Amino acid sequence: MFTIECPWCGNRDQSEFTCHGEAHIARPLNTESMTDEQWGDYVFFRKNTKGIHYERWVHAFGCRRWFNAVRNTVTDRISSTYKPGEKPPAN
Amino acid sequence: MNQHLSDKSGKTELRLAKGNGVDTGVAVSFTYDGVSYQGVKGDTLASALIANGVRLVGRSFKYHRPRGIFTAGPEEPNALVQLGEGARTEPNTRATQVELFDGLVAHSQNCFPSVKYDIGAVNSLVSRFLPAGFYYKTFMWPASMWMTYEKFIRRAAGLGKSPQQQDPDKYEQLHAHCEVLVVGAGPSGLAAAKSAAASGKRIILMDEQSEMGGSLLWNGATIEGKPGVEWARQQVAELKAMPNVRVVARCTVTSYLDHNFIAAAERISDHLPLSEQERAPIRQRFWKIRAAQVVVAAGSIERPLLFADNDRPGVMLSAAVRTYINRYAVLPAQEMVVFCNNDSAYATALDAKRAGAAVTVVDLRSSEVVNASAAATLVRDAGVEILAGCAIAGINGKQQIRSVIVQHLSGDKRSLSGEPREISCQVVAVSGGWNPTVHLHSQARGKLEFNNDLQAFVAAGNVSASDEIALMNPHLMSGACNGEFDIAACLADGWSKGLQAAGSSADSSSDSSEANAGGITASAAEADGLCSKVAALWTVPTTHEIGQGSRKHFHDLQNDVTVADIHLAAREGYQSVEHLKRYTTTGMGTDQGKTSNVVALAVMAELRGTGIPEVGTTTFRPPYTPVTFGAVAGQYTGELFLQERTTAMQPWHVANGAVFEDVGDWKRPWYFPRGDEDMHAAVQRECLMVRQSVGLLDASTLGKIDIRGRDSAEFLNMIYTNAWLKLAPGKCRYGLMLNEHGMVFDDGVTTCIAPNHYHMTTTTGGAARVMGWLEEWLQTEWPEKQVYCTSVTEQWAVTAVNGPNARKLLSKVTDVPLDNEQFPHMSYMSATVAGVPARIFRISFTGELSYEINVPARYGLHVWESLVEAGDEYDVCVYGTEAMHVLRAEKGFIIVGQDTDGTVTPYDLGMDWIVNNTKADFLGKRSLSRSDTSKPDRRQLVGILTDEPETVLPEGAHLVSAVLEKPPMPTEGHITSSYFSPNAERSIAMALVTRGLSRKGEKVTAQLMDGRTVSATIVDPVFIDAKGEHLNG
Repeated sequence: MFTIECPWCGNRDQSEFTCHGEAHIARPLNTESMTDEQWGDYVFFRKNTKGIHYERWVHAFGCRRWFNAVRNTVTDRISSTYKPGEKPPAN
Repeated sequence: MNQHLSDKSGKTELRLAKGNGVDTGVAVSFTYDGVSYQGVKGDTLASALIANGVRLVGRSFKYHRPRGIFTAGPEEPNALVQLGEGARTEPNTRATQVELFDGLVAHSQNCFPSVKYDIGAVNSLVSRFLPAGFYYKTFMWPASMWMTYEKFIRRAAGLGKSPQQQDPDKYEQLHAHCEVLVVGAGPSGLAAAKSAAASGKRIILMDEQSEMGGSLLWNGATIEGKPGVEWARQQVAELKAMPNVRVVARCTVTSYLDHNFIAAAERISDHLPLSEQERAPIRQRFWKIRAAQVVVAAGSIERPLLFADNDRPGVMLSAAVRTYINRYAVLPAQEMVVFCNNDSAYATALDAKRAGAAVTVVDLRSSEVVNASAAATLVRDAGVEILAGCAIAGINGKQQIRSVIVQHLSGDKRSLSGEPREISCQVVAVSGGWNPTVHLHSQARGKLEFNNDLQAFVAAGNVSASDEIALMNPHLMSGACNGEFDIAACLADGWSKGLQAAGSSADSSSDSSEANAGGITASAAEADGLCSKVAALWTVPTTHEIGQGSRKHFHDLQNDVTVADIHLAAREGYQSVEHLKRYTTTGMGTDQGKTSNVVALAVMAELRGTGIPEVGTTTFRPPYTPVTFGAVAGQYTGELFLQERTTAMQPWHVANGAVFEDVGDWKRPWYFPRGDEDMHAAVQRECLMVRQSVGLLDASTLGKIDIRGRDSAEFLNMIYTNAWLKLAPGKCRYGLMLNEHGMVFDDGVTTCIAPNHYHMTTTTGGAARVMGWLEEWLQTEWPEKQVYCTSVTEQWAVTAVNGPNARKLLSKVTDVPLDNEQFPHMSYMSATVAGVPARIFRISFTGELSYEINVPARYGLHVWESLVEAGDEYDVCVYGTEAMHVLRAEKGFIIVGQDTDGTVTPYDLGMDWIVNNTKADFLGKRSLSRSDTSKPDRRQLVGILTDEPETVLPEGAHLVSAVLEKPPMPTEGHITSSYFSPNAERSIAMALVTRGLSRKGEKVTAQLMDGRTVSATIVDPVFIDAKGEHLNG
């Protein structure tokens, strides 16, 4: 059970948050002209990183705000969190 | 009545005059296996049983061998008892940790009919046919028979029995925060708490025992010139007086989770007399602690020696014997043999001798080593015979020890030599060294290293600054659990770790002088030899080869695993620690192998010819000792288990006999039986009355989201599949939401209240999911859009008025025109209803003329009652969710989540009309043209009419085109909704069928679970009013 630094609220218990997988996947704008394979890539395929992983979290039972976190999937250490639209830290 | 304690005639008097933890002047009565006994105040069940001469306390798990009390603490593998009776009974409690109270009732476990005459003991006679891996080898094949075998195996092998009634006690969870949590209140823990507390920061000190002090309660140490036990009491009193310190006894820290999240179970009333237990407001408290730093001062656990017959009742750990003598004032036996491979057992020999026992020491180490030991010299001078270089070759006596056979060890220590000598005794006090209690460190994902001096695992000393796991779970190991066994050194270590944890000293690692221990001076008791110079002899030889004769070397007493089983595992290739554990089940009992793990590793290392660290360690997992489910559940039981949501109209529903169903957290009226109607009769009547006159439904639970902002229309246009840019104020529109896979995940009607202001409705169950979905897109993908969503589900109470007389009824209580021209279908008006402000939506989920009246929730009950009253002249029917389901199915309206299951597109539903392909984009659009999503042979939603109109198919029934002789048969799809429709006067159903939309008129067969087949026809899923004329009233 971690604590997670919500960029809006501060440090809170993990039970207040839910994780929504890999971050920084922009929704394509040209959906009509994409091949099935390209679209399938966007819809179905995600990284399964061992190590530093950029991922989306939401403070579901708190401020209900989304943010991104940099988590080491081996140790579960969350080195930083930042708001959507902010530049991801190097790690 | 057997009053053993006071019975001078028959029983041996084992109670001593005085002990550190008991008041021998205050008697306490208890019952064990139906016999009444007396103990004294401060006893555990175990110490009281020993005082009464009860040595046999249970039967072993597999062979049903007689077993006795082995320890004096949480590591107890044998003395598991069924505590209490009736609803309060608790299985598998350790008699060594159960505090005695007046009226305590306990029973032995795993024996029938009694512990002395146990039928299961026949397993012992056939033990050569019950080797390790026996269950896997024998009963797992054929796999289909496991269900049959399992019942018998479980009955034969079970431990205690769980209570059959509801738990009458109350529990609570408590959240706490502190800068320093100190686990364990022995000398190191007390010193750490004292030094940390001086900082003024929040300190919590927890200890699992009834009295704090740890080893000071029995080890005879002197601290600051006074007995250790008095010093401990003074420290506890001082700590309790400090406002920044919480001192919690009877509290086991069970789990160490990430980011220093610690769980602990506190026993509040378990030790009180029964009458007080029943009155106690809280039985146990489950602590959830977030600590900035943790000082783990959990002590250490003694190891057994693996010698022949070492499971006989009367074989006890040496420090346990000492604990019973010094703390509980119980002499375990008049004649004892101390059997050891290290110096720490000599203090036991001396204390037993002084308490009046005849004592002999058998030391596995050579005479040179023993003669050089100061502790041994002291003991010899006290008149105790020491047999160095000797071993116990076997034990005489099954239900209790009569004597031991001692022989010299041969030079290679693998066999015995010389004349066997028989020594009369009732107890063998055994010490094979000590294991630091590294459980919490291991749970914290800390690493272990092997200490050759101690022959034990300790926490790895050097933690690199880049070790992310260590950074996440900052803690300090202190005292014996850090491999430190000298009393003065433990105090110094505790003091400095306490300072360090509280951040009071920058670096104290280099200074371990006395001054650093806060000036505390201490000395150990006479003959209290340190746990060093441990002889690494793991398996003590006997008169025959391991596994070849009748004498067994047990290493795991609780799971009945022997050294021979480890040999078998090694022979069969299960050599890694994880394989060994699973194959032999060693360490998998409720004691988690506290006394067996390291010795098992040592035996395997011997067999493989490697060191113990190469074999590896198993992972310690929470909880440290078992925790009751009650404590974990805390106060969240009964009404607090799950929240209930009710609508504003709930009082009327209850008063009018509604039968409720759970929809998510909501309690919704399912149907309203009249007279002695059953569910079927009530639902059929409700469905008829709605279509014949008018009905009222409480639709308040529908999800409602208020959407505002400049970009709202554009946003809805992306969220829904159809067109939303031109919806005028006052108009309503039905919409489907797809996920990016193109699958339907919610539906509902959204209304334009005013420019840039919308009222969205969702399914009852999907309300939170849809709200999250909207927020996700707005926050993460389209932050530039000015759209603001607010959940208003609970703010509006909704009454749906349905039926041909809906207009007449509503017109009696509202001020707005309701005719088709001024208030057409799919439109909205702001109005006054029954004198209160309302929003009326003319939308229909029944296909009838329908108005959904939304009022602020506080007016919900008033408006509902007004409508019921106004409807009296039309014989208004109040109906529930079941009738709602039937009515919508009669019209072929879908329920998302019932007729769809996350694999269904709008096209699969035959709802092409709702997909606006001229829009540039909407969520899920691109997926609709993927090869798999657009293939022709998908499952599609159709209606199903059985040939026999009375037959109602079960939902979930599979449809086949050709009936084979027996299953399996290729399925063509399944029934999603099925009812008897009183309005269609026959059964109706909806189904997802392969290529269903193009198969209308074709025959299919439903194959039922009971073997029956039902012939049916695929039809359009609209069963009444195909032209939709009812909508206009």
